[in-house]
Amino acid sequence: MAVNEAIKLRNNRLAQYYGMFTVGLIIFSLIMGALELGAGMPKAWIGWTFLMLTMGLYAFIGIMSRTKILDEYYVAGRNVPAVFNGMATGADWMSAASFISMAGTLYALGYDGLAYIMGWTGGYVLLALLFAPYIRKFGQYTIPDFVGTRYGGRWPRLVAAICAIIVSLTYVTAQVVGVGIIMSRFIGVPYEWGVVIGLSGVLVCSFLGGMKAVTWTQVAQYIILIIAYMIPVTFLSLKLTGFPIPQLSYGQALQNITRLESELKIATESTARDGTGRIIQGGYVPAYNEGLSNAAAVSAINQINTYFGVNITPPKAQSIPDTSKPAEEIQPDWRGTPWNFLALTFCLMVGTAGLPHILIRFYTVPSVRESRLSVGWALFFIFLLYFTAPAYAAFARWEILQNVVGKEISSLPEWTQNWSRLGLITQRDYTTLDGRDIDKLPAWAAPQVKSGALVINDANGNGKIDLAGATFSETEVDGKKVGTFGELSGTVITKTSVDGILQFSELNIDPDTIVLATPEIAGLPYTVAALIAAGGMAAALSTADGLLVVISSAIAHDFYYRIINPKASMNTRIWLGKTMLVVAAVIAALLALPRLALIAQMVAWAFSMAASSFFPVILLGIFWKRCNGPGAIAGMIGGLSVTLFYMYSNYVDPSFNVLGITHLAAGIFGMPVNFLLCYIVSKLTAAPSQEIQDLVDHLRSPELDDELMTSIAGGKQAAGAH
Amino acid sequence: MSDIANMSRQERINAYWKENNRLIAILLTIWFSVAYIPPLFVNQLNQITIAGFPLGYYFGSQISLIVFVVLIFYYAYAMNKLDAKYHLKDRDK
Repeated sequence: MAVNEAIKLRNNRLAQYYGMFTVGLIIFSLIMGALELGAGMPKAWIGWTFLMLTMGLYAFIGIMSRTKILDEYYVAGRNVPAVFNGMATGADWMSAASFISMAGTLYALGYDGLAYIMGWTGGYVLLALLFAPYIRKFGQYTIPDFVGTRYGGRWPRLVAAICAIIVSLTYVTAQVVGVGIIMSRFIGVPYEWGVVIGLSGVLVCSFLGGMKAVTWTQVAQYIILIIAYMIPVTFLSLKLTGFPIPQLSYGQALQNITRLESELKIATESTARDGTGRIIQGGYVPAYNEGLSNAAAVSAINQINTYFGVNITPPKAQSIPDTSKPAEEIQPDWRGTPWNFLALTFCLMVGTAGLPHILIRFYTVPSVRESRLSVGWALFFIFLLYFTAPAYAAFARWEILQNVVGKEISSLPEWTQNWSRLGLITQRDYTTLDGRDIDKLPAWAAPQVKSGALVINDANGNGKIDLAGATFSETEVDGKKVGTFGELSGTVITKTSVDGILQFSELNIDPDTIVLATPEIAGLPYTVAALIAAGGMAAALSTADGLLVVISSAIAHDFYYRIINPKASMNTRIWLGKTMLVVAAVIAALLALPRLALIAQMVAWAFSMAASSFFPVILLGIFWKRCNGPGAIAGMIGGLSVTLFYMYSNYVDPSFNVLGITHLAAGIFGMPVNFLLCYIVSKLTAAPSQEIQDLVDHLRSPELDDELMTSIAGGKQAAGAH
Repeated sequence: MSDIANMSRQERINAYWKENNRLIAILLTIWFSVAYIPPLFVNQLNQITIAGFPLGYYFGSQISLIVFVVLIFYYAYAMNKLDAKYHLKDRDK
């Protein structure tokens, strides 16, 4: 058929464009590497060139895809082939957190961190089997469209639109923070400028071309981010194991980690904290070592108090088990049980399938058939990165146990010194304070002085800490051991804390460091680091793009067109969509400026919220005809309330918990409540109209009929407008 | 197969839906067993080592992920066949 021929021709052309782009990117990187090594091109130039070139490319795609057609603006004309939609979904999904922080989380958590790896991939199975084909068949513009049409009336649509906006706005704010951090770290511009430059990159693309431009940019961004992610770890694997396929060779790293941990007695004796304040105890490979703590809540509230000058009382710091207490007083805890791991994995999976910015990508494929295939491609492209992240973590852990822990601080490898200077690696050995100004203590030591655990006695009055030639001595005061070392004394001064050797427990690594420092650990040129920065930017910008489309369409389409003014013309709707895009971007930038820790926390909560609100309602909407509007509203409100209640309670007071499940997995309690309420209330109220039941039958059949669907979806409003 | 030819459109959709649900149930059972059973026995599985990988860790970091990808592609393939069987072919656009 002629139509098929035309599609084939177009797909071939697309494959050619992106193939040429991939080759071009590799050649460009090689040239930059040669200029750096051969001609000594300065680092700042390399960073700027990568940045300008990639941002210029996104702007170019945006301009080429500019459109005034509604279907192109909201759903990319519904003609994105499965493979390309898969790549776009991959970039849409993988955020700054996946690209930069996930390997660091795995580094800190060991096996327990695999809940993220399994959760964020296994969710696509649910998406493929339960949602994607029916979303495509429904063939409208937004997720509130689906909820509003299936359950009838304004309220379900409104509730869904508000949920979509809240989830997407916190998520996009986290991306903007990511953009600011990458720009300031690699290009050296101030964080605030990084935010502005990054956001203008997002806007150039999505403002002109909406979903169409976003889609084709995301495909390019996927290619950049996956290449950037693969190169450093491949070289690191080659350096450490002599084998260039990290996904296969990091087993050797795991073996070495286990051996070094038992040699250094890490698995049995030490505790450390990861970036979010969770207590990690035990080895890397053995499972379920994570305790409960409200350190994240305490620091988030303190940060808010400082930034806004308010005075909210933070909760009393608590951790279970409480490692500051002697062993016999420690309360029994849930370490060693799999419940939190299983609950978290489940919430992440279910939440993934319920996130609006991922669901809308399946409106953009040409057919139901392609939508099923497209989820497969999406997961395949995501899999490539998630399959590799544990290798990054394992190699970094091996390198650190081998060459950093237990070594003299003065002789640590150069990369450790570099990242220590940037504050991403903290060495809490007190000999590092030698020669420091007393009023300029590092962030880890200052609170100890405040609490009295560390006392500085400036004997010679020069305003600096002098430790030259100091020796350690210990006395017992009121049953507590107090150490003295030169001008330092206090309960934190112990024999090992002043021996000039970096213990595992004295080392704190920011999760972002693992991916960012890998090029240096592997001894690669700066060009590779610049490529990583471009990849991180691509990950953050592509996710931000997708989220901004969700927010702008929830307001312009669901709120304005469907609820307030159903007679609005196409031009008005596109114009309003574009305006809302800019407004949402500006709000996200303003929210990102304080860099609140609470934002990262909210992103982690988004999965539990999506799991206990959207997921059950969309699922029952397709698979249970009898489910009705009152049931859906009761389910969403009840499920979300239970989740928020558990989340808040456990966040501030970790002694409130069921089976040791943390606030991150609170959705495990809200989701069944949603299902149950939805079932009971639906049964107690009238069955949905025949019209709606017919709609469900239409959804279940794969024969595509977009015009019919539009007339059903738009029917109510159109009738009301007459 | 002649049964299907004599069915009304609604009957075909109902039969198709039943088969679809059965397939979904089977695939979700596999999905569940791969994702949620090995973590229960992770420390025992870790006693076995394959190419340096402790098996419990390997399940979480690689095997389950590969199974997820395969499950989705298999579903796409099986559903295409099911569409054809019940003459519910997706319209070309």
